Amino acid sequence: MAAAAVTPNIKRVSGRLRGGDEVAWAVTFLFGAAIFAVTALLIFELWRYAGPARDKFGIGFLFSSLWNPVTDEYGALPFIYGTVLTSFLALLISVPLGVGAAIYLSELAPPKVSNALTFLVELLAAVPSVIYGLIAIFTLVPMMRSSIGPGLKSVLGWTPFFSGPVFGVGYLSAGLILSVMTFPFIISVSREALMAVPREQREAALALGATKWESTWQIVVPFAKLGIIGAIFLGLARALGETMAVTMVIGNSPTIKASLLSSGYTIAAVIANEFAEASGKLYSSALVELGLVLFLLTIVINALAQVLIAVTTKKGSRRG
Amino acid sequence: MTARNKRRVAVNNVMLTLTGVFAFVTVSTLFLILAYLLYNGAKSLNPNFFTRLPAPHGETGGGIANAIVGSAEIVLIAALIGIPIGFMAGIYLSEFSGKVLGFAVRYTADLLNGVPSIVIGIFAWGMVVSPMHGFSALAGGIALSLMLIPITARNTEQFLQEVPRTMREGALALGASKWRTIASVIVPAARRGIMTGIILGVARISGETAPLLFTALGNQFWNTSLTEPTASLPVVIFNYATSPYDDWHQQAWAAGLVLLGLVLTANIAARMIVNRGAALPK
Repeated sequence: MAAAAVTPNIKRVSGRLRGGDEVAWAVTFLFGAAIFAVTALLIFELWRYAGPARDKFGIGFLFSSLWNPVTDEYGALPFIYGTVLTSFLALLISVPLGVGAAIYLSELAPPKVSNALTFLVELLAAVPSVIYGLIAIFTLVPMMRSSIGPGLKSVLGWTPFFSGPVFGVGYLSAGLILSVMTFPFIISVSREALMAVPREQREAALALGATKWESTWQIVVPFAKLGIIGAIFLGLARALGETMAVTMVIGNSPTIKASLLSSGYTIAAVIANEFAEASGKLYSSALVELGLVLFLLTIVINALAQVLIAVTTKKGSRRG
Repeated sequence: MTARNKRRVAVNNVMLTLTGVFAFVTVSTLFLILAYLLYNGAKSLNPNFFTRLPAPHGETGGGIANAIVGSAEIVLIAALIGIPIGFMAGIYLSEFSGKVLGFAVRYTADLLNGVPSIVIGIFAWGMVVSPMHGFSALAGGIALSLMLIPITARNTEQFLQEVPRTMREGALALGASKWRTIASVIVPAARRGIMTGIILGVARISGETAPLLFTALGNQFWNTSLTEPTASLPVVIFNYATSPYDDWHQQAWAAGLVLLGLVLTANIAARMIVNRGAALPK
């Protein structure tokens, strides 16, 4: 309370700028404003470059599955489908794995072990995506072609999801590598959310006779629910925008297939492969419009994640 | 013990064991990655790899010296642009910003940080490559600086915020002006954290591939100026790994090992700096 009473005073004293302070304010403000300006310019330029494609195809761009540079006809659907499908597959694997690991790190592991493992998880998050792609292309893809793919096909081949020829590259390979790339984020942010849950919550549950797991699953996890969902959204945003690793294993074919074993394409991958060689105004403008779609998709997901994470961290610290 | 309680204890044991297994499975991927890169990359690492230009395909030998130097050039350009802007913006956010403007800058910094790297590449292509009529190291550096700016700004802000209020009060009470307080007391107090943030940021952008694909492009030879297409480690790894030549695959593994070694070393060093000082905020 005493500290809170002092704050307005300090604010007032330091708020009165003197001497060189106006200059310092102006200089730093200029740099702050530069960030604002660059971001605004980025959005404006994307919108402007996408102009020709927007004028030609309108909203139908999003729903057309035709992608033909020769006849200059472009549609975004195969790429949106591939992006969403691979990200969904990634989360299907990385959410249980990541949240489970986060529970272990925050609830069970002794502090030393927990810190050491968290450090390793953070290193994992620092591995460049092209390295994931490199490893996937020479290990995951051959394994998928020789054993995993045919195995899945022999057991689940009667469903539409595991039919057709097995190339090794495809939606499932991309989803698998994306799951490895997203769980470091899910683990470290979920762990923070779980650790912000007040101790009393756990103690009360245990005192009522709950087992450790019941206290964790029925009390602690629901308490940190929003933060964990925020962590998942953060992972989702990363998966949607991920370029290199996916480009290397998705198979690069602009089609829509139900089978997870067939090759596809994602928004980021098609831009990476075709933008440098895109001749013709409409072609490159269609690629930029795809970039714009990806950009909008990720900012919405990111904003949701930020809000959810902010809400839980506040909630925990207030009650704690 | 009733049957119900037996079941509860069993569920407890199974689930808790499972979370431990998940934790070790996830962490072990790091060691798998390291082991795989070492196993496949180490045999191609020789002096030629670091000093020679790429050999034409079909010929063995050759190196990626131009890509190592090119990467250094591009990252240096990005650091020279990104660090000052990010650092000053961080000071603004922490020390000078009001509610509305502070929110606007902070929010756009987070927005910029969340932009997929391939989209950053498109933007840099439009801003630099297209008006200059050519791919260049400069364009690559500018693209990467756009990723470094928000990282540095938000990190600097967070570490400045952690400087205890008493230190500010002390300096102000001694009659120092605000900018004096910032320059001689607050920034030095947060120095270690800010450095860590910068090292982590530079390590992160030096592994980025997507923004370089159509800005710096690539080059089989030395670039003689910053306005020419320039080879870089991540792009070389991508191009070689997706090529059909075995020799290039070997080079890709070795280049991957070098890149990962640099990135992980920077990360470990940064975290060691911070462990001796303040805690690392998220």
